[in-house]
Amino acid sequence: MTTTEIRHEVINILADIAPDEDLSDLKDDIAFRDQLELDSMDFLDIVMELRKRHRIQIPEEDYDQLASMASTVTYLEPRMVGLQKQ
Amino acid sequence: MSGLAAGIRLAHFDKRVCILERHSTIGGLNSFYRLRGRNYDVGLHAVTNATPKGMKKSPLARLLRQLRMQWDDFALRPQLGSEIAFPGIQLYFDNNIETLRSEVRRAFPKQMDRFDRLVREIAHYDDLDGAHAHVSARRIVHSILTDPLLVQMLFCPLMYYGSAREDDMDWRQFSILFRSIFLEGLARPQAGIRLILKHLVRRFRALGGKLMLRSNVQRFVIDQGRITGVKVEGGKTMEARNVLSSAGLPETMRLCGGTECANPKATGQLSFCEAIAILDVPPKETCFRHTITFFNDSDHFQWRKPKTPCDLTSGVVCSPNNFDYEEPLVDGTMRITSLASYNYWNALDDSTYRLEKLRWYDRILASAIRFVPDFRGHIIDTDMFTPTTITRFTGHENGAVYGIPEKRFDGTTHLKNLFLCGTDQGLVGIIGGLISGITMANRWCLK
Ligand SMILES: Cc1cc2nc3c(=O)[nH]c(=O)nc-3n(C[C@H](O)[C@H](O)[C@H](O)COP(=O)(O)OP(=O)(O)OC[C@H]3O[C@@H](n4cnc5c(N)ncnc54)[C@H](O)[C@@H]3O)c2cc1C
Repeated sequence: MTTTEIRHEVINILADIAPDEDLSDLKDDIAFRDQLELDSMDFLDIVMELRKRHRIQIPEEDYDQLASMASTVTYLEPRMVGLQKQ
Repeated sequence: MSGLAAGIRLAHFDKRVCILERHSTIGGLNSFYRLRGRNYDVGLHAVTNATPKGMKKSPLARLLRQLRMQWDDFALRPQLGSEIAFPGIQLYFDNNIETLRSEVRRAFPKQMDRFDRLVREIAHYDDLDGAHAHVSARRIVHSILTDPLLVQMLFCPLMYYGSAREDDMDWRQFSILFRSIFLEGLARPQAGIRLILKHLVRRFRALGGKLMLRSNVQRFVIDQGRITGVKVEGGKTMEARNVLSSAGLPETMRLCGGTECANPKATGQLSFCEAIAILDVPPKETCFRHTITFFNDSDHFQWRKPKTPCDLTSGVVCSPNNFDYEEPLVDGTMRITSLASYNYWNALDDSTYRLEKLRWYDRILASAIRFVPDFRGHIIDTDMFTPTTITRFTGHENGAVYGIPEKRFDGTTHLKNLFLCGTDQGLVGIIGGLISGITMANRWCLK
């Protein structure tokens, strides 16, 4: 997957978790929590959806890396590079 | 409720899930039935935590997100307005806390600042952090409000909608209930609880979950501190990696073959009778315009297992008609709930039981009409349940609707792969049950 595809996939996951959020002007370098009304349960769901959809295991100590879109994509890139877009 | 919510979470994340339900229909304490051509809900007075669409931080919004469901799936219509009625004094409230504030200002002007402080404390209370979780709510509320009558009046609806403990509850429970009823509000789907249940089951099945009705779990097969299988009555033993039980703590311990909860003080004691009246007119035409009236006939509100068959000093009168629907309901319905003694009702033989139901039906209604307009001339059909009805259909010992007094907030048991969800884990009511199922599934089966 390319970084654009990964970003797109994270947006898909967010849209699924929080269908009422407007994700069209999500800023990549601002923390999700500062622009979306997501709580800790929702954040855990991002991790779990990645596991469900792409079999990526994210250890708990790495959760901080998923704070914003930019850091999430950077974190996921080496882990998703070999994956095909679904 | 909690079982279905847990099942949806697990099935969504590709776990193989099977829900075993002993009854021939779903819903447990909040189910539905048909009698003489009419639809009845078992429990539902109102869905609590009824925040409007678009409120993203409320428990309702959070649970919908977790279940990947839409606000419209629950189709909640807000209450018209309810009251707490004590002799000579009433407090009216609706889904806007300002209404209750102005009522407190009118009836208890000297308590106004203190009431605001109480509301602030509750709004800021973080039930996940759990500070003061086990402190007596009465102690804390009395340290803020100085008029005992106001304290009694506020406790009355909260006790009725969720206290498993006699005469008190812990501060955490009080805060959760206060928020869910006074700060967020009451609502009902026009079609009743069956609509919510239908959506939950549909979602569960669409995700590949298996729901087996008439499947009474007889016991767990245990090996070295773990459950390896679940024995279903008249059926085979099913293998299980993890088991979540919403049957209640003592009931679940029995399935383990143990007696961890043999202490009667540790089991739930509070149960209800409910008298249901179908009217030939909508209740508002009998001048009952409230959604719910919580009443108590003295300045002191008592929340204990009664020594009499039913406690007629207090009660809840609810009309499912009095919500803000787009179209009126077909039948006019009044439901009156009062505290009842399981032991009394359980000891009766069949014919006495039937007779006593008739007698106490009349007494419950006579007690209620001291606080609401007399609607008895309009009754065209009736039904009534007692604590034994609750036990028969849901398996909860003593007909204890809100379960054991000391909750197991973390859901763990003496077995490594057996967890509690629902009432005895600590969250009651429809929304509480759903949240309990979600959090226990997340915490113990999805990490
Ligand atoms: C009269 C009444 C009025 C109520 N009014 C309201 C209201 O207005 N608003 C509100 O929010 N809440 C209300 N409630 C409370 C609410 O219904 C409950 O708190 C909630 O439904 C509890 O859900 P639960 O999942 O914890 O338990 P349950 O609903 O009891 O679920 C447990 C399920 O397990 C099944 N079971 C038990 N043992 C076994 C076994 N061995 N094998 C297989 N299955 C088994 C039972 O049949 C049951 O279906 C009311 C309850 C009652 C009784």
